[in-house]
Amino acid sequence: MILTLVGVSHGTLDQSAQRARGVGADIWFRPPGSSAIGLSSAPMSDKIPAMLMKEPDVTFAMGTMVQPLSGFDAMTGLDLDDFRKLNGGFHYLKGGPLVNDDDVIVDEYYAQQKKLHIGDTLNLVNHDWKLVGITESGKLSRICVKLQMLQTLTGNPGHLSQIFIKVDDPRNAQAVVDALRVKYHGYQIYTMEEFTSMLSISNVGMLKSFIGVVIGVAVIVGFIVVFMAMYTAVLERTREIGILKAVGGTSGLILNILFRETLLLALLGSVVGIVLTYGTQWLMKHAVPASLVQETVYDWWPIATGIAVVGALLGAIVPGVKAVKQDVTEALSYE
Amino acid sequence: MSEPPIIEVRGLTKTYQLGEVAVHALRGVDLEIRKGEFVAIIGASGSGKSTLFHILGGLTPMTSGTVHLNGRDLAGMTNAERTELRKTTVGFVFQKYNLLPTLSAEDNIRIVKYIGGRDVGFDPGFQEILGLLGIADRMKHKPRALSGGQQQRVAIARGIVNSPAILLADEPTGNLDSENSTAVLKLIKDLNRRLGQTILMITHDADAASYADRIVKMKDGRIV
Repeated sequence: MILTLVGVSHGTLDQSAQRARGVGADIWFRPPGSSAIGLSSAPMSDKIPAMLMKEPDVTFAMGTMVQPLSGFDAMTGLDLDDFRKLNGGFHYLKGGPLVNDDDVIVDEYYAQQKKLHIGDTLNLVNHDWKLVGITESGKLSRICVKLQMLQTLTGNPGHLSQIFIKVDDPRNAQAVVDALRVKYHGYQIYTMEEFTSMLSISNVGMLKSFIGVVIGVAVIVGFIVVFMAMYTAVLERTREIGILKAVGGTSGLILNILFRETLLLALLGSVVGIVLTYGTQWLMKHAVPASLVQETVYDWWPIATGIAVVGALLGAIVPGVKAVKQDVTEALSYE
Repeated sequence: MSEPPIIEVRGLTKTYQLGEVAVHALRGVDLEIRKGEFVAIIGASGSGKSTLFHILGGLTPMTSGTVHLNGRDLAGMTNAERTELRKTTVGFVFQKYNLLPTLSAEDNIRIVKYIGGRDVGFDPGFQEILGLLGIADRMKHKPRALSGGQQQRVAIARGIVNSPAILLADEPTGNLDSENSTAVLKLIKDLNRRLGQTILMITHDADAASYADRIVKMKDGRIV
């Protein structure tokens, strides 16, 4: 459980970073006060990209609007011609680009998860969309529609959530960012490299706290589960401990046997747990590839094993010590 | 000069404190058992025979009196000393067999050898005893795969594997049908005769007690 949650946390962030890099921009321009991972409003004027394109070294700027959907999903409104100028455009696995206002394109994972086919109708933001294209994953967003259509539907005409900027030479990106930060004070402006490096658990402020809580809960629940499992298992073996004492086993010898057995069980359990994470990884990849992505986080293997070992040992030793201290006749009569 | 008794009990008392009530389980027991004797202690439930079994086996401390077991005084023994006594001097056979369910019959016996600090292998003499007990071919089985009679025979083998001075048996046929009871009692008698094993058996069954060389009756915490 611990490794799965940690893996999902890392996987979700890494995939966000990968999709951001896939846009092909050099600079990310976002409204003041926005968070690094979520865009829930469109407060910027769509005049800003044109203004940005007049800045030195800026060759192109494209604005998009992001509308969060249920769960982890979000749809992006964009101008496909602008997107093509930025990175060559989407690679279509099936169908083609947006033509009509009601057209929608989705990436391969979203199509797989929702079992979508070209021509299907999707109801999103209370509107029926016609699926016209399925794209290769890894660029910008899983669901894309025409920018103006999304702006109109969500009551944000002429507004953007984020702007992607291309510069003449990627080596100038930082200088451009520094200049823009002076001119557009308060806006969140990052080089793409800077932004993707920020997409790690330790760098995303609110996410760090959220994931910290999720992992913390997983660690506590995992510890308690292992502790209680061993506590119950050893408590149920009070009679066996009584038998060992009756035939002359010393407390030290019995605790030693218990310690070694528990250690072995905890280590084997950890190996089984690690193997199971590959199972959940496979399951997510095939059942919900668009919503959840799980990575294998090797750094957490020893941590999770440590939690299992400490939880199991404490869980075993507490009733174990109680049992060896108990009168032999009482231990033997334990049912 | 005659050999001193292997078990010598004088003025043994045991009082359990249940809240504010003092329960006198043993009220001054005197008993002598010679080496190689097979003695049955018979008495009704609550007569104190199980308490005597537990004290002689070093499973629980006495309140007063003296108990000498194979020359060792049990009075004032610490827990560790009583553990050592159980390891070296006394073997047990319980009514509920008390085999470790996760171990095979063989490992149930071997672990007692291991605890006793001995080589865990079975010598030819012990293999012969396993044959005598009729369980030589059941050694690889877990207790749950054995009948009650077979489990009790494994428990007997476990009780004598370290060649204890005394084998204490607490209602060894209490959980067995009459056929298995007879078989187990004959085996215990046989072990006493062939090996000269000193055996003290606690029972409430007069038929079972009749297999012993001597029967001692207990009532209300005293030998009568």
